[in-house]
Amino acid sequence: MKITSRRSTLRRVALATATTLALGLSLAACASGSSSSSGGGSSDDIEAALEKGGTLTYWSWTPSGEAQVAAFEKAYPNVDVKLVNAGTNTDEYTKLQNAITAGSGAPDVAQVEYYAIPQFALSDSLVDLSSYGFGDLESQYSGGPWSSVSFEGKIYGLPQDSGPMAMFYNKTVFDQYGIAVPTTYDEYVAAAEKLHTADPSKYITSDTGDPGFATSMIWQAGGKPFTAEGTDVSIDLQDDGSKKWADTWNKLNEGGLLSSTPSWGDEWYKGLGDGSIATLLTGAWMPGVLESSVADASGDWRVAPMPTYDGTPVTAENGGGGQVVLKQSKNQALAAGFLKWLNSDPESIKVFLESGGFPATTADLESPEFLAEAPEYFGGQKINEVLVDASKNVPTGWHYLPYQVYANSIFGDTVGQAYENKGDLNEGLSTWQDQLVDYGNQQGFTVK
Amino acid sequence: MTSAAVTPRPMRRARRDWRGWGFVAPFMIVFLAVLVAPVVYAIVLSLFRQQLVGGSGFVGLGNYVQLFQDAKFWESLFRVTLFLVVQVPIMLALSLFVALAVDSARLHGSSFFRIAIFLPYAVPGVVAALIWGFMYGNQFGLSGSINDLVGFELLQPFSSQWVLASIGNIVTWEFMGYNMLIFYAALKVIPGELYEAAELDGAGQFRIISGIKLPALRGSIVIATVFSIIGSFQLFNEPNLLKNLAPNVISSYFTPNMYAYNLSFAGQQFNYSATVAIVMGIITAVIAYIVQLRGSRQEVR
Repeated sequence: MKITSRRSTLRRVALATATTLALGLSLAACASGSSSSSGGGSSDDIEAALEKGGTLTYWSWTPSGEAQVAAFEKAYPNVDVKLVNAGTNTDEYTKLQNAITAGSGAPDVAQVEYYAIPQFALSDSLVDLSSYGFGDLESQYSGGPWSSVSFEGKIYGLPQDSGPMAMFYNKTVFDQYGIAVPTTYDEYVAAAEKLHTADPSKYITSDTGDPGFATSMIWQAGGKPFTAEGTDVSIDLQDDGSKKWADTWNKLNEGGLLSSTPSWGDEWYKGLGDGSIATLLTGAWMPGVLESSVADASGDWRVAPMPTYDGTPVTAENGGGGQVVLKQSKNQALAAGFLKWLNSDPESIKVFLESGGFPATTADLESPEFLAEAPEYFGGQKINEVLVDASKNVPTGWHYLPYQVYANSIFGDTVGQAYENKGDLNEGLSTWQDQLVDYGNQQGFTVK
Repeated sequence: MTSAAVTPRPMRRARRDWRGWGFVAPFMIVFLAVLVAPVVYAIVLSLFRQQLVGGSGFVGLGNYVQLFQDAKFWESLFRVTLFLVVQVPIMLALSLFVALAVDSARLHGSSFFRIAIFLPYAVPGVVAALIWGFMYGNQFGLSGSINDLVGFELLQPFSSQWVLASIGNIVTWEFMGYNMLIFYAALKVIPGELYEAAELDGAGQFRIISGIKLPALRGSIVIATVFSIIGSFQLFNEPNLLKNLAPNVISSYFTPNMYAYNLSFAGQQFNYSATVAIVMGIITAVIAYIVQLRGSRQEVR
């Protein structure tokens, strides 16, 4: 008792000193932000709020953001939405987390990818939208994305896009070297060897260690390395699925069959264009990126289902995300109204589809118009048939860590080393696991 | 402890004159707010530990104990120390050479050289790192072209053995001109009579350099060294930008500053990050002080 009270006094004094001294400084306060209200209201409140109007801030880096906001403001002239590009993924999460920690400065609505939602949900910074009647919207979305925004009985956001994985391959290169489209990983590895032997400047794919890719590949292999119930977390990056992926990928990594060009850089786009990177295993949002950033390769690329381990069609989600309402929002009903319009109104989704996005709404996924699209870039292939088919083969029960953003930030320090030394990925995964367990325990989780 | 609080204050004692403080008040307010407060705030932060689960708690020196056992921190400190020991002498020697050359009056178009060498300092560090990042590119960059030309992998700027040297090259390029200017300014204030006297005594150029110019430069060399030490320990921009191009070679704890940054922004470990910052601040201050002490002692002698 005595010790505790002394400690808390000390703490109070120290905090008071800190606060006094920090006064007038633009330093972020260390106290975590308290919310104005814990969420509440109903779908009627949303309508009323949209009528009444107001100002909202919306953080997003989607290419369709601007056009969607313009369409929204046209439909609801009383509402003024300020669109801010606060950086792409981790850059935005950093700013968002800082604003949450500081207790002010967060937007009303923000774009957050699926893997990061648990982290913000855990710190109690997101509004539970079930009280606004968002539960009724469940049937509109495909299962994977919906389960990524709604868990433990709460709805933390609405899905915007989804990323069922498929294999994008450069048909010109495949034809040139007489390579058949691989359907299993054995064939994929064989194709990698054949291609690289025929032309040492060409690689089956590029991978320098990307946590989003690795976790999706483990997901596809049937692994469930992360489980979290409240603050009880367990991590097993050597479960059957994780090992299955690592053993397969080792053949490419240790064999020097992976291009070491880092993704999303200038050289990477060039490599995708000139055929030195022949395939990409990635999410269904990739077509838009290829069309805009690798325009020269128009006509070269095609889409095929992911290679599998045993012939049973199975894939995973890669990337994709939705929007959430922050508890710091002064007008949560209005923010919820905007979010609901943004990710469920046909008008908004139309704009989103035009920008090349891959939807999470079943109506759009199933629409004949969408399925019949045959972009010239892909040689007139009906790519959406392949991609929508993939969205039906995603294994359920996958979880990300409640501190996945941090986990991804140290992926290069751990698994990345196995890539750099062309060593065993299993060892890298084990190191990653050890550091994640340590971090989790330090942060107050019970990690096994 | 005084007992002043108990004994009544003697009446005849003159009242303290606060007018002087009034004059320095504007400075003192700014000084306290922007210099003292952040340091105190960081120290206070370093005594707590905030967790994602369970909130914040006072841990005393717990963060410091953890830091001294943290292999990542020591590795990053070792790396910047290595950088300091190798890069700073090279850079300062080059700067010195250039300053002497520009000052020698034997160089045609010396003012052009002065500007040209100083120019990289005017390029923002971020831009400099990006420019060099493009040149270091192994596939489409300059080093890729050179490798193609010679037919084998001659240059590997982003391999783990060379990446520190690659960064050193960028930093040297950026700050050589700045240090050159410090030296050049010091050379300019040497009175002309000294040179005349030396010439009368029959001293050659090298004798003039070792007998007049270098002793006159000692103070500036100490200053430039101190600046460079601080700069080395604060290494951040260059590795952090090159990390995008070499994600596995440059770790999230490549330098102490990057470690502190990633701890707080990726890991939400603000308290531990503050601890890293304070310890690095102390280490830098101590080393800079030792260098200054040594430098000025020689000057007195």
